[in-house]
Amino acid sequence: MNAPLRRAGVVVMVLFGLLFANLNWVQAYKADDYRTSQYNARVQVDEYNRPRGVIEVAGKALAENKVTDGELRYLRTYPFKSQFAHVIGYKPVNLGATGIEQAEDDFLSGTSDRLFADRFRDMFTGEDTAGGNVVLTLSLRAQDAAIKGLANNDVGSTRGAAVAIDPKTGAIQALVSMPSFDPNPLASHDTPAAQAAYDKLLADKEGPLKNRALGEVLPPGSTFKVIDTAAALEAGLTPQTSIKAGPTYTAPTSGAPIRNSSAGTCPEAQVTLNEALTESCNTGFARLAVEQIGADKLKEKAKAFGFEDTDLKVGNLDGGGIPVAASRTGDIQNPDGSEDKAALAQSGIGQNNVRMTPLQGAMIAATVANGGERMRPYLVQQLLGPDRRTIGTASPKKINNPISGQVAGDLQDMMVSVVERGTGRRAQIDGFTVGGKTGTAQDGDDERDHGWFIGFVLKDGEPISAVCVLLERAGVSGGSSAAAEIGGQIMQAVLRDRGAD
Amino acid sequence: MTAPAVPAPTPATTGEMPRVRESSGRRNAELALLVFVMLLVLAYAATVEATALDTITPDFWIPVALVAGVFLALHVVIRFLAPYADPAIVPAVALLNGLGVAFLRRIDLASADAEERADLPIFSGVGGRQLAWTLIAVVLAAGLLIIVRDHRAVSRYAYTLGLVGIVLVMIPAVLPSQFSEINGAKLWIRIGGFQIQPGEFAKLALVSFFAYYLVRKREVLSLASRRFLGIDFPRGRDLGPVVAVWLLSLLVLVFEKDLGTALLYFGMFVVILYVATERVSWLIIGLLLFFGGAFLAYTLGASVGGPFANFYQRAEIWLDPFAKPYDDGFQMVQSLLGLGTGGLFGAGPGGGQPNKIPLVVSDFVFAGLGEEIGLFGLSALLVVYLLIVERGLRAGLAVRDSFGKLVAGGLAFTLGLQVFVIVGGVTGLIPLTGQTTPFLSAGGSSLMANWLIIAMLLRISDAAGRPVTGAAGGRVGGPGGGGPPAQLHGAPTEVIRS
Repeated sequence: MNAPLRRAGVVVMVLFGLLFANLNWVQAYKADDYRTSQYNARVQVDEYNRPRGVIEVAGKALAENKVTDGELRYLRTYPFKSQFAHVIGYKPVNLGATGIEQAEDDFLSGTSDRLFADRFRDMFTGEDTAGGNVVLTLSLRAQDAAIKGLANNDVGSTRGAAVAIDPKTGAIQALVSMPSFDPNPLASHDTPAAQAAYDKLLADKEGPLKNRALGEVLPPGSTFKVIDTAAALEAGLTPQTSIKAGPTYTAPTSGAPIRNSSAGTCPEAQVTLNEALTESCNTGFARLAVEQIGADKLKEKAKAFGFEDTDLKVGNLDGGGIPVAASRTGDIQNPDGSEDKAALAQSGIGQNNVRMTPLQGAMIAATVANGGERMRPYLVQQLLGPDRRTIGTASPKKINNPISGQVAGDLQDMMVSVVERGTGRRAQIDGFTVGGKTGTAQDGDDERDHGWFIGFVLKDGEPISAVCVLLERAGVSGGSSAAAEIGGQIMQAVLRDRGAD
Repeated sequence: MTAPAVPAPTPATTGEMPRVRESSGRRNAELALLVFVMLLVLAYAATVEATALDTITPDFWIPVALVAGVFLALHVVIRFLAPYADPAIVPAVALLNGLGVAFLRRIDLASADAEERADLPIFSGVGGRQLAWTLIAVVLAAGLLIIVRDHRAVSRYAYTLGLVGIVLVMIPAVLPSQFSEINGAKLWIRIGGFQIQPGEFAKLALVSFFAYYLVRKREVLSLASRRFLGIDFPRGRDLGPVVAVWLLSLLVLVFEKDLGTALLYFGMFVVILYVATERVSWLIIGLLLFFGGAFLAYTLGASVGGPFANFYQRAEIWLDPFAKPYDDGFQMVQSLLGLGTGGLFGAGPGGGQPNKIPLVVSDFVFAGLGEEIGLFGLSALLVVYLLIVERGLRAGLAVRDSFGKLVAGGLAFTLGLQVFVIVGGVTGLIPLTGQTTPFLSAGGSSLMANWLIIAMLLRISDAAGRPVTGAAGGRVGGPGGGGPPAQLHGAPTEVIRS
């Protein structure tokens, strides 16, 4: 009986050989597939077992971690609640992350290649590699001023946005979307509760989850006249060149007559370009667009300032960031491809199909303030390792020069004129040179227009800050000057932050 | 008394001669190995606490010390009652059993609330119950060694054991589902909160019966035959018992919805039959019948459903576990993900998340362990199982009586087959069936039954290793043929062939 017993032994060895071979298949060959499988919840628990990096501004944590007793050890908390929600976003357990939390996820969670050295070291010390820290460009004061300004607007607007940029670098100083939301419930480890909180925000008619500063576009109204002016100046006009205005203007071939905002606004047949901008003369700019600039030039200039850019992301200059909706000028064409003059007249005053994000508005003001150099906007100032050594610092990047320095200088003077004696008076800051342009945009049948303000502040001729403020459905009048006032407050806060006030 | 003159089927070679050694040397080796594996288990338990709790509680060693104590007690019993037993078996089993207890305690740690973790009572949770069952199981094993001083004595009760075995197998099938079904398999007797798996105990009883039956029938089964296609097939009427067991297996498959148990019983019987008769035809018939039956069940499951639906479903999951990753395939998917996450070296004891795998304390214990000890650790465990199986087979090779050979061979092979069925199942090699992983899975029935099997193997290996006293010449092929059971039992000494 011994021979078959031996053979039985061989059979068992073969069976175990099969088990061993199959284990190699599962645990070695397929291991990576299984480890990273979408069905594998372990990765998540692992992720929450490491402290995620802190998102901070001026030494203050905007997103940090709290140790819990649960299976997921670290709870993400946002001590400033709703104040930075549209910048840092949130990092939920089961839902998708947003904002900087999403854009810098690799770095914050510690899996980024830039933290390789830390992971390598921790492999030997046996510690879990903590995430890296992200320092933002924001100014706490400016952000605060923007939130308060938007919330306390005197025209009854409940939705809006504000963006402030350092014109010289593109660093974003403030970014607010109103209404905001508290990201803390979304990060709850109680995933059904987080889902419920998310669903509630999603169902809210005011749209608190929308990032109105970056992700939503609206007709820019008269703020778009800065683009007209830039195109006109580039074409050889000067601020003192007279342009045709008048109380009404009807574009050739078709269209409703365009009127000025009030009977007192440039009723003269001719005004200087400077005067037209200062008074925000609709008829003047509609005629300028139709008779002197043309659709192609206008679109080209808008594009140079950043319109039609579908790839812009605001975050880290080395790549990654919060996606920005493309601002658009629209077609301005008849169905046969020829220029639609009525549409061009409307587009020249920022109506028709022209749409703009508040970030784009701030970029226009910043470019003018920065002598015609358009800088790439960014939010991430510094990346710090878990041990707080500097891993990366933003080095500002120029995108292009939409206008020459000469034109920029003229435009600056004209926009200063708007704030000093025109429609943007409420943006004035004592002791500093402030320029800007207001906008009141009709949108649909609602009689309440959107109020816009784009502007900048100079200190000793050097640009300090450029802003864009939007108040949606800002009452029947006064929306744009309310926006101008908020813009002034934000810029004043930046000045204070720089110790310049 | 001389043994009946049944010629040994194969001439013995010198390699099969049990080497006469000092029994104390074997026992000292066993003791040293036992201390070594218990230190391994202790290190595992400490690592688990250090990783999972970030601290090592002052009484982490108590569960390990308790199992070590009972293993040492068993060692002492063996020293006196089976001094020539194989010294590698008990340490190997102790390693698996100790790791099982420590791993289940680790599962309890992970399931417990954070504040309770540090002072989890010793006997609480799955790990605590397993600890208690281990103590009982080892005492049972020692009891078997004390009561059965000669394995051949068991053959006296062969028919009784056979009947008991079949009854044990059939009970869950006959019982209403509410008393017998857990996770789709009717393998249990459930009374209140208490449940036993009678099939586990049936293995030992059935192997003893088969061995006895075949020792008596082997001649007729191996000699009377018809040649067909170059293979010697047994006569039709001699096929009776094998067909009966095949039907029994199919009944298990159909009524208890468990392919693994069916495969186990059938494989067990066919291999004992093959070893007894040395006829390859039995293997071929067995394999054909089994795969034919499995294929039939699969086809019927696909078309008719009914009692075969469960098997069909399991086969489908096996073919593509990721087809329904959240319902049907959930267990399998989580098992594979756990194993894959473990990778080559594993997350380290206490470093993984075995709780993510359903049934990780019973069917999927191997996958849960695999996440933390990796491919290398699991390979080591497989080698330990292989060691136990091969040592059991070796006891069969070395023992002098046919009954002992068949019992040892059958038990050892069945143990190996069970490991193959469940480990192959959780790693996706074969369709998953609800078997316990011997000595690792939580469960008193499995632990007790497997320790009884180990005790039997120890008893037989002791007989194999025992130096021969008495000087009578002649051949000893063990009792066999038509000899009455009394004769099997009666021979006080054996004689070495020379």
